[in-house]
Amino acid sequence: MIEGILIEGLVYGIMALGVFIAFRVLDFADLTVEGSFPFGAAAGGALLAGGAAAPAALLAAFAAGALAGCATSAIHHGFKVPPLLAGIVTMTGLYSVDLRLLGGRANLPLITFNPVMRGSEAWLGPGVPPVLASAAAFGLGALALVLALDLFFHTELGIAIGALGDNETSVVSVGADPTALRSIGIALANGLAGLSGALAASYQGFADVNFGSGVIAAGLASVMLGELLLPSSRIGVQLLRVLAGSVLFRAIMYAGRSWGYLAGITPNDLRLLNALLVVAALAASRGRARLSRDAALRRAKRGRGSPARGGGGAS
Amino acid sequence: MIRLEGVEVAFGLGTQDERRVLRGVELEVPKGQRVSVIGSNGAGKTTLLNAVAGSVRLAAGRVLIDGSDRSGEPEWMRSRCVGRVRQDPLAGTAGEMSVLDNLAMASRKGRRRLLPAVTPRLRRELAERVAELGMGLEERLRENVNRLSGGQRQALTLLMAALARPAVLLLDEHTAALDPRNARIVTELTRRLVAEHGLTSIAVTHDMGRALEEADRLLMMHEGRIVADLQGAAKEGMDVEGLVALFGEARGGRLEEDGALLR
Repeated sequence: MIEGILIEGLVYGIMALGVFIAFRVLDFADLTVEGSFPFGAAAGGALLAGGAAAPAALLAAFAAGALAGCATSAIHHGFKVPPLLAGIVTMTGLYSVDLRLLGGRANLPLITFNPVMRGSEAWLGPGVPPVLASAAAFGLGALALVLALDLFFHTELGIAIGALGDNETSVVSVGADPTALRSIGIALANGLAGLSGALAASYQGFADVNFGSGVIAAGLASVMLGELLLPSSRIGVQLLRVLAGSVLFRAIMYAGRSWGYLAGITPNDLRLLNALLVVAALAASRGRARLSRDAALRRAKRGRGSPARGGGGAS
Repeated sequence: MIRLEGVEVAFGLGTQDERRVLRGVELEVPKGQRVSVIGSNGAGKTTLLNAVAGSVRLAAGRVLIDGSDRSGEPEWMRSRCVGRVRQDPLAGTAGEMSVLDNLAMASRKGRRRLLPAVTPRLRRELAERVAELGMGLEERLRENVNRLSGGQRQALTLLMAALARPAVLLLDEHTAALDPRNARIVTELTRRLVAEHGLTSIAVTHDMGRALEEADRLLMMHEGRIVADLQGAAKEGMDVEGLVALFGEARGGRLEEDGALLR
């Protein structure tokens, strides 16, 4: 059970990382994720079912997601369409592409041939229980991914992308092309969503055209739960806490599924639970911001350090 | 060297509300010259800077920087040779990022490689440059920029612009939003950085006294035209009263209430 929640949290956490990069780092409300996630699942699933090696299929799923991101940024930049609309257009179109990739069916089972899960279960040798081996593989994989992203956001390219979501003027005035930077960022975010989709298909044992429905809300809930868990302005911690938030989110959903009946919650109510979680996380973060502001004001009144010098003088 | 040839800028081109904000501006600024631009609101001062920076499309004319025509370049590309500090102290820096990351971005202008942005060597270099500001920022390199005061942030923006060694530094009333003390500090800092790097600068200001004192050359604008261009002896012989009179003349003898604004 614990291992299952962990694996599920990490698998969907990679999608949440994409949501974090789009919504938080780039400040780009990107609904493409809802399309790139099943697109990655369909592309990866079709390749796996066709006998491709696991790494190749996962790489292709990442590329497929990134391509979806490129489509959105091309629509956004080319026609000056707001991000939300550009994302919806891409997402809508991808649905049909997914159906084609899955051979005209809405669902592609991966039960008999699933090298990603089989590989993750067997890599520590026959002495280790498959679930534990699998959890370890996904844990290490997710950590490696976070490390790589952390390194990326400390490169010249990475800090420029970070600054773009913050203040586009500052990026323009140091001589960087905001359009190119945003396109790269959106491609990266959706690439992660695509990769996550292929992993989710492997984990669930099937790829489905409706995989994407609701993933953004789940991703946002994960991002916000993470922010509640670990306040930090360091990008490495921010990435890591997205994964933590995702695992926590899956745990809450699991609790809802398993014990929700005690409170009259059925699996049909899980989406509502998800939405309420987002609202609760928003309310909690506002409440905390207010508390810390009040504390700063009280300190200032007592004359111990002025808030104008310490923090937020300019913001 | 900066050259503007017949630069025209219009808002709402081809519509009923067409308004020409720059009308055939001719200007040549040699390397190292410090230019101040004065004029009433709506005279086209900021638009002149926008035309040099590439933030507006020219209806006609050309902008040449160091001899090459840059008129067609988008703003971000032109930023590699044009530094700019705006009135809003929040405009030039990314608040959610550290002082160090902001500086690193500026010092690696134009390069977006997959290499570490901050190397130990660059960090030492930048720490030295920040220490020269004398604002104690060298102790706060890791802090987010939005924890700095407006004056510190503007000083940082200025340093970022100077680090990139621009062909021209544009200053758009960059001390106007600061309190008097910080405005003085940033003014002094500007003077120092411009002198140190021998920067060419074009500054928009409402302060005639300071413009006379600090600039090598004074441009007066009115209704999209440069109506007076004072340098050398003509500038030395000028005082604020003389400028106000000159300004009244340029407006056709009518010195309206905003004459007081210029003092």
